[in-house]
Amino acid sequence: MPEISRDEVRHLADLARIELDDAELDHLAPQLSVILESIASIAGVAAADIPPTSHALPLTNVYRDDVVVPCLTAEQALSGAPASEQQRFSVPRILGDEQ
Amino acid sequence: MTTTLMSYDDAIAAFDPAMGLEVHVELNTATKMFCGCPTEFGAEPNTQTCPTCLGLPGSLPVVNRKAVESAIRIGLALNCEIAAWCRFARKNYFYPDMPKNFQTSQYDEPIAFDGFLDVEVEGETFRVEIERAHMEEDTGKSLHVGGSTGRIQGADYSLVDYNRAGIPLIEIVTRPITGMGAKAPAVARAYVATLRDLLLGLGVSDVRMEQGSMRCDVNLSLAPSGSDKLGTRTETKNVNSLRSVERAARYEVSRQATLLSAGESILQETRHWHEDTGVTTSGREKSDADDYRYFPEPDLVPMAPPTEWVEELRAALPEPLRVQRARLQAVWGFTDLEMRDVVASDAVGLIEQTVTAGSSAQAARKWWVSELTRRANEDGIELAELPITPQQVARIQALVDEGSINDKLARQVFDGVLAGEGEPDGVVAARGLAVVSDDAALGEAVDRAIAANPDVAEKIRDGKVAAAGALIGAVMAQMRGQADAGRVRELILEKLAP
Repeated sequence: MPEISRDEVRHLADLARIELDDAELDHLAPQLSVILESIASIAGVAAADIPPTSHALPLTNVYRDDVVVPCLTAEQALSGAPASEQQRFSVPRILGDEQ
Repeated sequence: MTTTLMSYDDAIAAFDPAMGLEVHVELNTATKMFCGCPTEFGAEPNTQTCPTCLGLPGSLPVVNRKAVESAIRIGLALNCEIAAWCRFARKNYFYPDMPKNFQTSQYDEPIAFDGFLDVEVEGETFRVEIERAHMEEDTGKSLHVGGSTGRIQGADYSLVDYNRAGIPLIEIVTRPITGMGAKAPAVARAYVATLRDLLLGLGVSDVRMEQGSMRCDVNLSLAPSGSDKLGTRTETKNVNSLRSVERAARYEVSRQATLLSAGESILQETRHWHEDTGVTTSGREKSDADDYRYFPEPDLVPMAPPTEWVEELRAALPEPLRVQRARLQAVWGFTDLEMRDVVASDAVGLIEQTVTAGSSAQAARKWWVSELTRRANEDGIELAELPITPQQVARIQALVDEGSINDKLARQVFDGVLAGEGEPDGVVAARGLAVVSDDAALGEAVDRAIAANPDVAEKIRDGKVAAAGALIGAVMAQMRGQADAGRVRELILEKLAP
């Protein structure tokens, strides 16, 4: 089963906006490999006749009607924000680009 | 970076463009995709949110049935297959426009796929193949504070409003369109315009590009003429008017051709369109799909639209655009060429409303396609953005029909209405534009014209009626154009009867 490389861990950290130094990469990369290997052991018991499962419940088509329900006030919405300004969530300078 | 851009004609002579268009459409449902928050445009910041669309722990999404219905109807109208079974997926990324750190989207199981839309450019039909139409949710809006320009670059921090986060979006993706040659930018524009009209007909979206309820990304690449390979593409994001779609495509053709001709290569990247300067600039390098670590959304069960539902929706679709246009053309009595100009000017809906307001179709066409299209082009805006309504155009034509003004004066009434001077009647009064049809006043002017042009008058007395034109011109000059030319002619012929 795939061993996760140090470069891949660095890339994942970049995507998650987590800064890791060399020592942390050395420390984490082998740990992630072990986790992946553990999970890969499931492949050993998944026979060809067992389809991959994405949902625990055997349901489809669960919908709601297009009806407005009361929402939070701006004060409530912002109450958990570390910082706000102009009734908006204040977030650190965005380095990258919009998605 | 090369400084001089190759001209569009030179670029097209050397290269063939291939284009892919991605259009995001906000549905006009009353509530968001996965929660019951309202979707009104322009509400105060963060007044339309709840734990679900804020991504708070423990909240659970539930799909809006109406949004699924709209997605299926869009798919059917685009001649797509509708998935018998499909799931939502999480598109993971860390960016504060989505508080959940992922966007709920569809990945490899779109609700609609394999369709097409025919668009016409200068009488030629291009079949644009639709790869997929999938459901997803819109993101929040960021306001960048600090720096000099309010753009992302140089901002000190950002302020986010999540009212828009979670509004249902349909993303419609074409397959690469080739074989367009020099018409590529026009095809891009025609596709977006046709798609907008189709969505308007379905009533599933406001499709207001200026409000962002319809947004277009233009993927474009060049290959050397005659080559059947696709070149490296760029994706120009959020091009938000029909005019910009055309201009951005045109600019990218020239820009890429300039680089390729200089032996440089095209970087696969996202680019930003700048409406004011008419150029695109480099954004981020495109992430691989892998980087989004898509996986099936565990909180939403799969969708399996029953065949009966899909067929019911198919049966209730409005008449196709092509059929509707053919019908309007027949009713209006336009030639193929006239209708083509109407469509190219994006005036179908405007003429329809002007006719409803009482104008003849030909008059409505004349004003919108000739007069007003020219003015919109001069101002660099869309025809529909001109500050004049179909009702006002109809009223101006009614004033012409009544004989209160003539076409020349009508143009001055257009000037006044467009300058914000009020309704047509008010402009006529305020500017003193009504034609003089008072026989006494006209009679004096005719007498003066006859006295000043005795030789012309003699010809008319001899039966050369065609010479009357010169006298009509002289009278109109005296009256500064504000005379009823028909009545002037009658008076001249009466006075100079043989």
